[in-house]
Amino acid sequence: MVDGILNYLWLVPALPLLGVIVNSVIALFVERPLLLAEEDHGAPSHGPSTRGTSAPMGEGHGASHAAPAYRKLVAFVGPAVVGASFVVSLLAVLALAARPAHDRLFVQVLFPWIQAGTFFAPAAFQLDPLSSVMILVVTGVGFLIHVYSVGYMSHEKAFARYFIYLNLFTFAMLLLVLGSNFLLMFVGWEGVGLCSYLLIGYWYEKKSAADAGKKAFIVNRVGDFGFLVAVFLIFWTFGTVEYTEVFGKIPGLAASGVLTTGIATAITLLLFVGAVGKSAQIPLYVWLPDAMEGPTPVSALIHAATMVTAGVYMVARTNALYLLAPTSMAVVAVVGAATALFSATIGITQNDIKRVLAYSTVSQLGYMFLACGVGAFTAGIFHLMTHAFFKALLFLGSGSVIHALSGEQDMRKMGSLRKHLPITFTTMFIATLAISGIPGLSGFFSKDEILWKSFSSGHGHVGLWLVGTAAAGITAFYMFRLVFLTFFGDSRMEPEVEKHVHESPYSMTVPLMLLAVLSVAGGWIGIPHVLGGYNYFEEWLAPVFAHGAEGAAHGGAHASAALEVLLMAGSVGVALCGIGLAWYLYRVRTEVPKEIADRVPGLYDLVLNKYYVDEIYDVAIVRKIVNGSIWLWEAFDTAFLDGIVNGIAALVKGAGERTRRLQTGVVGNYAFSLLLGAVILVGFLLWS
Amino acid sequence: MAPISIDAAALLTSVQSIVPEIIVVATAIFVLLLDLAISEEKKHLLCGMGLLGIGVALFSVYALGQGRIEGFSGMIVHDGMGAFFDVVILSACALTFLMATGYSEWEGTHKGEFYSLILLSTSGMMFMAKGTDLMTVFLGLETLSIPIYVLVGFHRNRMSSLEGALKYFLLGAFASGFLLYGIALIYAVTGTTKIPVLATMLYDPRILASPLFLAGTGLLLVGFAFKVSLVPFHMWTPDAYEGAPTVVTAFMSAAVKAAAFAALIRVLLVALPGMQPVLWKVLWGLAVLTMTVGNLSALVQNNVKRLLAYSSIAHAGYILVGLVSGDVLGGQASLFYLLVYAFMNMGAFGVVMLIAQKEDEGYDIANLAGIGFKYPALGALLTLFLISLGGIPPTAGFVGKFYLFSAAVKNGYIWLAVIGVLNSAASIYYYLRMVVYMYMVTPDVEVAVPRPPRILFSMALCASAVVVVVLGIIPRSVLEIAERSVLSLLM
Repeated sequence: MVDGILNYLWLVPALPLLGVIVNSVIALFVERPLLLAEEDHGAPSHGPSTRGTSAPMGEGHGASHAAPAYRKLVAFVGPAVVGASFVVSLLAVLALAARPAHDRLFVQVLFPWIQAGTFFAPAAFQLDPLSSVMILVVTGVGFLIHVYSVGYMSHEKAFARYFIYLNLFTFAMLLLVLGSNFLLMFVGWEGVGLCSYLLIGYWYEKKSAADAGKKAFIVNRVGDFGFLVAVFLIFWTFGTVEYTEVFGKIPGLAASGVLTTGIATAITLLLFVGAVGKSAQIPLYVWLPDAMEGPTPVSALIHAATMVTAGVYMVARTNALYLLAPTSMAVVAVVGAATALFSATIGITQNDIKRVLAYSTVSQLGYMFLACGVGAFTAGIFHLMTHAFFKALLFLGSGSVIHALSGEQDMRKMGSLRKHLPITFTTMFIATLAISGIPGLSGFFSKDEILWKSFSSGHGHVGLWLVGTAAAGITAFYMFRLVFLTFFGDSRMEPEVEKHVHESPYSMTVPLMLLAVLSVAGGWIGIPHVLGGYNYFEEWLAPVFAHGAEGAAHGGAHASAALEVLLMAGSVGVALCGIGLAWYLYRVRTEVPKEIADRVPGLYDLVLNKYYVDEIYDVAIVRKIVNGSIWLWEAFDTAFLDGIVNGIAALVKGAGERTRRLQTGVVGNYAFSLLLGAVILVGFLLWS
Repeated sequence: MAPISIDAAALLTSVQSIVPEIIVVATAIFVLLLDLAISEEKKHLLCGMGLLGIGVALFSVYALGQGRIEGFSGMIVHDGMGAFFDVVILSACALTFLMATGYSEWEGTHKGEFYSLILLSTSGMMFMAKGTDLMTVFLGLETLSIPIYVLVGFHRNRMSSLEGALKYFLLGAFASGFLLYGIALIYAVTGTTKIPVLATMLYDPRILASPLFLAGTGLLLVGFAFKVSLVPFHMWTPDAYEGAPTVVTAFMSAAVKAAAFAALIRVLLVALPGMQPVLWKVLWGLAVLTMTVGNLSALVQNNVKRLLAYSSIAHAGYILVGLVSGDVLGGQASLFYLLVYAFMNMGAFGVVMLIAQKEDEGYDIANLAGIGFKYPALGALLTLFLISLGGIPPTAGFVGKFYLFSAAVKNGYIWLAVIGVLNSAASIYYYLRMVVYMYMVTPDVEVAVPRPPRILFSMALCASAVVVVVLGIIPRSVLEIAERSVLSLLM
């Protein structure tokens, strides 16, 4: 029976967890004593391979001493568990696909987790078309990134520690997408946040890295708050947090008037607050660019391919609720479109290669939310998948560049790398074509699907389409700017760096090549009907988004195929314009960008400094909270009561009493607070 | 006048109902006498004897079983609720003993009376948790408080210790006065101090409307609020917690809170359900105020002990959230949380105790810098306890908080849950700050060398960690026990 493999679904998250355990043992009993011994043998001024102070891949190339045996073991275990998890996932998904479409739902209950009274939340995994896509992306792309990490991190001292975090992250992410209820999703949600925090701060000796880690965690608390309150509201409304039960009850409760539009709007907006935090949308996107302080493979895995897409997954998962709340849909669409455009403009001015990609990620996530907001959930998940391929490739490629340049990340100090890094260049160029929406590549199909739906769907609007298309043009521009600055033109490298330039080892280039293949072909499973394709992807997800498809198709029916092709041509045209402009500005008349920047200094500085959002937040929120709590603490514990006591004392006994109050004052204040509290409490009881 | 006849069978039942307490008191006296008899080098025997006594007492709780045993004409009862809190309090006491061995030696406070005082206080707590008469509750409260006053001031030559003890004592006496006055007023109106009888009296609307009764209830609440440190009755807490020997602070934060909450839960759920329509507003306000003031004050602390003191205030607020609705679901959530809180908070104090070199000096947050990688076991343990306190899954703290807030939601107090979650989110900041110091701050000076823990100490920490993790992943059986315990009240 093919179905049998489904009973091993638990292995999918369990295998990475096994990796965590094995690597922890190695880290604790083998690696740590070694590191401590090394530290004791002098080298207090940060050992040669401590990258914290300099930059990644700084030194240690020539003098790479033979790797101890334990590192080989870690290098095997870390990727192997994720690879095995991918194999199990693939088999399980195939088994699921063998079932008839209406029966593609499998829930495996491991044990009852929380149960009391009417409340019941099991620890259970749910495999359906949506979670299938997610686990394949997480384990598949995750596996390639693990392999890449072996090469990229080979000069790192705390090698085992890195793989503990990476495996733990994979485990938490799988928990997030496989959990069968909102509570388990929250557990995974917090878990990935914690791992992201640990990995951003991996080079904790570097203050900016530690700060970035903190920032990510704190910004995400805002989002988590929304998520948790939404879960409570769901529990309050439906009496359960299991997906199948909640979504099953929706029609009944909506008909009986228990589930009003107001409640649905409240729940979905709160969930969206969570998604905004995790998926770095306006106004909570500020943590993601800073998160680039972490190692580059981490940026690829967590901050491009998987964790940041959790918000999109969550919105798609709760599509049935969103469809009941038109306001929420509109909010999601507008925030998504605005983020897509806003962060794309920032991407134009950044000079750090990873920051360009970070803003690009924020922008692409905006597209996914735009899709969800117009009811095109399938398109959103489709873009999530293709984006995972090409953006992971772009990050890993940039990692390869940084690796080759001994840690240089500033594009102004690159150039002409095409000759030195042929594989990196070719693969990154393919990914750039894909993200720019060149026909035939994966990004084209998914992005165009979103743009078409934002125009044609019942929830869509021509304004959304315009914003999305404009952002697509800008995307093509800044991505080609990146490619031209990095790989073409004259070398602007520092001579010392240029001597060491080299292509990366196979452990790094092979994942690049595989991802390049996916970036090209990954979109072919969702070729739209109008281009003569058969949209397998849409059909596969149809059981999950049954309602969504209806909503989207409702408006779509009126639009003609000719219009669809016309708009498609339009967006390709815009992308080509962006590429052309980039070519003109950065290949033909390279002096022009400088002139433009000089011509409109105000605007340029505004965008270069990311619209000063970080600064505004710092002044408007962070400092206020810190000052506020200091004030409150002082006010409540000292000033407020002191003030009252002072006032009364002065009134009643005069100034002489003051000195006495200073002697024994504090206890007196405390007692007064007690008395005051008692009077208010008793007074309230008597009064009410 | 008829001669007083002694009913032998009733006396036997009465004794049976307080077997665990008898064992604890007997151990306390035995330890005190043993202290006189043995030489200085053998003092560690005292701790061992104490642990033995606690073990026997725990076994007796188990042996008494699930049934309900009333004793002393309804002054005291051993029921599910009593047994639950006996276990919580005795566990906290056992953890204290395990941690106290090394600690007392480092600090030079190795005195026999330390152990007897802890045990005597423990017996008071157990009486308080099992008292079904307001007088028993009051006597229990005093029995637990007086040894604690002494223990807070146990460092006789440290100013902060003495200051904390004096403040706690003065205010504690004040609060006891409120409590007793409240009981007197209630007695004046109803003619009884028995908790179950009070419940039946409240069917009479005249009593419910009586100002004297309302004032009495209010004063009673003030007394309890002081002991569990609800805002604005919390002012003593930071000073006393900071001044007390850390091991005593840990004990107070876990056990005293549990005992006082036990009595409060019994009073609220058994005697006062009739007042629920009014009372929930008071409790709602206290919970919100306590959570918010506790958390915001903790945000700006740089002394770890003081920080944990404010955190414990905030936690009293969370626990109170479960009592606002006055139903079984909320009650059981509070019970579960009190158990979890005892372990995670004592664990956190335990690690902090090891890292700090010396009282009054070692508790600056900067002292944690660099601990994480240098001492991974300690770092990991403290991180675990802190994320549990912060309510991050998959720890028991998360399950407990989730349970508390969902009980509030279930009963329609959605804003209370929202404020609670918001508070909880804010609290992560200061818990995380300690983790940041451990892992991400390069120490200015040498990394502090923690005191090497004794085997017993390590056992206490590991046991706490196991409880925090296991109850985070499979909390079901304990939740069910908590449910049964609350239901036993209403039988």
